[in-house]
This record gives sequence, C-alpha cells and structure tokens, in this order.
Amino acid sequence: MVEKRLTRRRFLGLGAGAGAGLLLAGCGGGSQNNPAVQASGGDGGKTYDGPKVELAFWNGFTGGDGPYMRQLVEQFSAEHKNINVSMNTVEWLDYYQKVPAAVRSGEGPDVGIMHADQLGTNAARGVVIPLDDVENALGFKESDFAPVVWKAGIYNNKRYGIPLDMHPLGFYYNKGTMEKAGLNPDKPPQTNDEYMAALEELKGKGIQGHWVSPFPFTGTLTFMSSLWQFGGDLYNEDTTKATFNSDAGVKALTWMVDLVQKGYSPKNVSQDAEYTAFQNGDNAFMWNGIWNINPFEEIDSLEWGATQLPQIGTEKGAWSGSHNFVIMQKRPLDPNKVNASKVFINWISQQSIAWAKAGQVPARKAVRESEEFQSLKWQPKFAEEIPYVHFIPPVPGIADVQPSTFDRAVNEAVLLKTDPKPALDAAASRADQLLEENRQKYQA
Amino acid sequence: MATQGIEQPHAQQPSGRKPTDSSPLTPYIFMAPYLLLFLVFIVIPAVFGIWISLHNWDYLLPGKPWIGLQNYTDLLDANSSISGPFWNSMAATGKFTLYSVPLLVVIPLLVALILNQKIRGIQFFRALYFAPYVLGVAVIGILWRFMLDPNIGLINYYLGAKIPWITALPWAWISLVGVTVWWTLGFNAVIYLAGLQDIDPELYNAAKVDGANSWQRFLYVTMPGLRPVLLFVVTVTILASANMFGQSYIITQGAPGEETTTAIMYIAETGLRQFNMGAAAAMSYVLALALLLISIVNFAVFRNRGD
Repeated sequence: MVEKRLTRRRFLGLGAGAGAGLLLAGCGGGSQNNPAVQASGGDGGKTYDGPKVELAFWNGFTGGDGPYMRQLVEQFSAEHKNINVSMNTVEWLDYYQKVPAAVRSGEGPDVGIMHADQLGTNAARGVVIPLDDVENALGFKESDFAPVVWKAGIYNNKRYGIPLDMHPLGFYYNKGTMEKAGLNPDKPPQTNDEYMAALEELKGKGIQGHWVSPFPFTGTLTFMSSLWQFGGDLYNEDTTKATFNSDAGVKALTWMVDLVQKGYSPKNVSQDAEYTAFQNGDNAFMWNGIWNINPFEEIDSLEWGATQLPQIGTEKGAWSGSHNFVIMQKRPLDPNKVNASKVFINWISQQSIAWAKAGQVPARKAVRESEEFQSLKWQPKFAEEIPYVHFIPPVPGIADVQPSTFDRAVNEAVLLKTDPKPALDAAASRADQLLEENRQKYQA
Repeated sequence: MATQGIEQPHAQQPSGRKPTDSSPLTPYIFMAPYLLLFLVFIVIPAVFGIWISLHNWDYLLPGKPWIGLQNYTDLLDANSSISGPFWNSMAATGKFTLYSVPLLVVIPLLVALILNQKIRGIQFFRALYFAPYVLGVAVIGILWRFMLDPNIGLINYYLGAKIPWITALPWAWISLVGVTVWWTLGFNAVIYLAGLQDIDPELYNAAKVDGANSWQRFLYVTMPGLRPVLLFVVTVTILASANMFGQSYIITQGAPGEETTTAIMYIAETGLRQFNMGAAAAMSYVLALALLLISIVNFAVFRNRGD
C-alpha cells in the first residue's frame, strides 16, 4: 500500500522535479554557497548514474535505533550498484563537536543526520549545504509534513535539512505499579485532575509516582512541555528575547517543584534515576521520549504502556525533536557524491515506515496516515501529539543558550535550591544576553 | 686514539677536550626529537592560543574579528556573559583542589608506609591499592554515579539513608573528593614507596642507636629523605586536581546548579561546544597563570624548608 503510494508520488514528482530542476539550473548561479551542486547537473536526488562512489554517512544513532538504520543502509547499498554507503556512529553529544571539525579539515562525511535545532547553527557555520533542489525535485511540499518540522529545516530562506522523523516526548506508565495502587492500568490519567488523583493514590500506597529529574533528560524536556501546555513559549517570535520566565513558565516549573514538595517525587533524583526506577516498578509515570519504546519492549518483566502526555496546563503541548538529513560541505564538493547523497536521502526518506519501527514518528504525513504505520503498537500514540508538538527554534547558536539558562533554572528549582520564579528570571536575563551575542556572532 | 678515549675518558680531561664535544651541535641533535614535539604540540599552540584569545574566534565562521583584550576584560567585567560562570568554575576548581590535595598527599603516604613493611603477600596489596588508578575516568565515573545515586544507589541502600551524595552540597564535594582519592591514591603511593625504598636503611639503624623512637625516626629520617618526592607529589597533585574534569562531568554533571562545574569543564564547554574559542583561550591563560603562581609558591615553600 505504502509502496504503491510512494511509487505514484515518485512518478508525479518526476514531472514536477524536472521542471524545478530546470528552474534551479537557470537561477543557480546566484548561489554562492554551493556552486558545485548547481553545476553538477544532478536531478536533486531522483537518480544517479555516474561512476561508482563511496559515501560516508555519519549519525548519532547509538541506541536501539542504530541497527535499524544500519540495515536500511545495507539494503540501499545492495540495491544501488554504483553507490556504496558506509555508516559511522558517534554519540550525539560528541557528534556536533566532531562533525564541524571533520568538515573543516576536509575529512568530514558526505551525508549526515542533524537534529532540527542544530540546523541553523550548522548552516550559519557552513557545515552543511542548502538542499532546495532536493526539496523541489522530490516534490516535497509543506502539506506533506507537519508545519513545525517543515519550517525547522529552513534557515535564511534556504532548506538545509530533509526531515526524516519526529521524536516527541510522551507519557509512559508502569502498569504493574498502577495495579498495585489500585489504579486502572488501561486508563492512564490524561488530565491534570486525573493525574494528581492518581499520584495521590500511589502516594497512599507508599509509591512516589512521578520522579522529577533536575537534568535536561528528562527534567528540562518535562519543563518545556508543561511550559507550552500553560500557553507559554521559550522565546519570543523572532527568538531575540527569552520568555520562559512568563507566568506560564513559573506555573510549569512550580508544578514540577510541587511534585517534589508534595512527596509525589523523591528529592535529589539523579541522572537517569527516574528511568531505572520506572523499569524496576519503583515509580509509575514518566515523561520520556518515543525512543524508549524498543528498549522497553525488550524487557519481558516490564508491564508498561505509553500514550500522549497528560494535559497539565490549559492546552495540549509536548516537546519534540526531529532528525534531518543533511549534506556536508566539502571544498571542493564532488558533484557525483552530492548527487549520490541526494539519491540516498530520497531513498531512506521513502523507507520511513521501516525507520518508524526503530521508535520514531515519520516526518511524512502520508506515512503517518498509512495503515502500516497505524498498525504499529506504540508509534501512532505518539503521532497523535504531532498537531501540538513544539520544537526548539532552529536559530544559530540556540543550543548554547539552553545549558546555562533554563537547564540550570530547572536544576536549581527541582533540587529545591532556588524558587522557580527567581531561578527563571535569572536564567531569562542571561538568555537575553546570550541571544544577543549569538546574533552578533552569526551576523558578522 | 678513539679506543683510548673510550677506555680512559678521564685521562683526556686535563687536555681540555671532552669525549663528546665533536661538535657544539651534538647536544641539540640529541634533544631534537623532543624539542620538535615540544615545539609542535606545546610552544606553537601556546603562542597561537594567545593570538586566538585576542579575537572573537570561531574556527568555522568566515569573520574572526580582532577584539584586542576584550576576552580578558570580559572576564573581569561582572556584566559580561562569561565572567560569572567562569569565576564560579574557578572557585569550584579551587575548592576541589583545596579539599583533595591534603588528602591525596597524606593518605598515600600512610598507605606507602604500610606497603613498605615486610609483610607476607605485600606485593598483592601493592597491586590492590594501585588497581583503581588503571581504570579510566569514564569507568570510575559511571561506576560511582550508580553507587552514589541518592534514590536507587547501592550506598544509600546499605546505609538505609537518603543522603543526596551527588545532587546537593556539601555531599557532592565529599563524593567527588572521595572518589578522586580512591581512584588516584595508588599513583602517589607508588611514588612515595619508591622514595621510601631509596632511603638508606643505615640511617634508620643509626637513629635507633641514638635512641630515636619510631615517630622520631619518621620525623627526622623518613620525612627529610622524602622531601624531593614530596615536592613532586604536591606539585603534580595540585596540577591534577586543578585540571579536574571527568569526575564532575560524569558523576554530578556540574550540578547542583553549576556548583561543581570546574574551570576545565567550563572552558571545554565554551571553546569546544559553543565554539567561542577566543574566550576559552583567554580563560585557559588565566587558569594557567593561576597554576603558575601556585607552583612558584609551592617550590618556594619547599626550598625554604630545605635551607
């Protein structure tokens, strides 16, 4: 079914793509960033019939998702006689340090994956090249994707990332623990009232139901999600001022701190303790990313479920990240490799149902709506959050603003060192300063 | 004549010729391999670092504007975005050094004194005390992070307590210092042990004959004999503690807040993650200067004692 749909899309795309390709070739001279790409005469990733090339593909899929991607890569190489892709995995944390250095020294990969919020930074720093011709040739339209993921790939009116997936924060519940406390394990709480009632019930049985982490994973992810649920946002419209210290932000962080102070969470939760406790049945609820579904599936003794985040605030909201394909800058760019890379990106993008099984929500709407996706056990539940997920805005340098601002505020508040309001206020004024510095740095 | 020179090198001294002075360049040629490495990996980066510290330097951005001493003045300007976190991290490094160095100087000495005894199977214990040192910081970091976890860790489980070992002060410092002492005491102990075995046993016998008790023998024979070793241990331990990175990075992640974020951690964050290399280079020079001063004081103190 999906195959058919994609084939039709491909067929339709052929006509549209050819037109777009001509158009691009006509006005491509104006682009100073990627003369080689425009001169290469490629068709933006539909076919490659040049000489045999070796592509280096780097990503950070060190978890349960790695083997899925490796399998896709092997399948691609088997199907394409003149393109051989070798995959290299670097932990995400080091990835954004190593890739720019490697690209700079000319030893970088040809293709890579980057998170949406890293695209602006790496575009501004010349690590990745624009992919507008891929978008055009493949006939990608905004309506094919969720708007939030579509817009995240654009920097300075050029597309740098081809969205592969979305990985939102969701709600995990331990059925065994819920049963122990007399809760219905098939009816996880979805509203604030239900949530607090369930936590009270658990507390009565001596179980601290929701362990609040003071660290980015999962504390800051929880904070951002509840901030959006209370109607707030991290930054203002053009990302020049921090707004996470608004009333909504204070409400969100106060809610988290209250969980600790009311005894629904232990104090001093350390990194990953909530995750271990969940697996051991020491807590019941956890707000964590979709990437945990496969690891949890492999634990036979764990009775668990996952669904959308409960609505604590006034509206629905959830944090999400997104993996995007990028093509790395090289001087000079080898047009054959660039074209082969585009073919690779296009091919994997079409296999996004196979990738969904790795624990992801496909970026493509058609795949999300396909029967095959809907028949997956957990992924469709996370996909229901897509209409209201939020991303961190992809402006250059944004990843550097978070650690010393709201990461720190969440840490200090949840560890009961500082009250939510002053912690967020201090973080916001620092964030304003960093945003201003980033603007100067990346404009210069 | 060559044969004669080898067999009787001293015989030639009166004539004013040394056996090796065939060319004034000889010593430099012998030193060349080291000097080359020293030049390439120490001198050039150090000088280049000064150059970087005078710019707003991001190695991937086309513009690297010259900003003179601004990276340095920013460190002294309380309103700049880097000065607060930087001095905070310097203070964290200072605290860690202050807490860990005395322990790392004294405890390994005691261990070395015990390991220097003639006990059956002492070799086994020598290996045992040294064993943690061979582990990498990632291994000991993750190991202790799990053991010290306030809610699900082994240590609190057996203590039946809820001590926030890695999430609140002063516990976080106690944990970081404790782990570091456990991890690195073997190295200092081995250095001390070598020093102890270098002390002439006849000195102890002479002291005994003079009626010195064991404490007096330690004070008047062992300690003076260990002075050069002690200087080495103190200097190296101060430098190692001041460069602490991995333990905080892995065990506490710099938390609570940024209380255990050490200077090296913040410099790495600024330079290698935020690519703000000019500021990071300036910070490195400030840290290096501080360490230089401490080392000078350290040498001066030991020299005075020696006089």
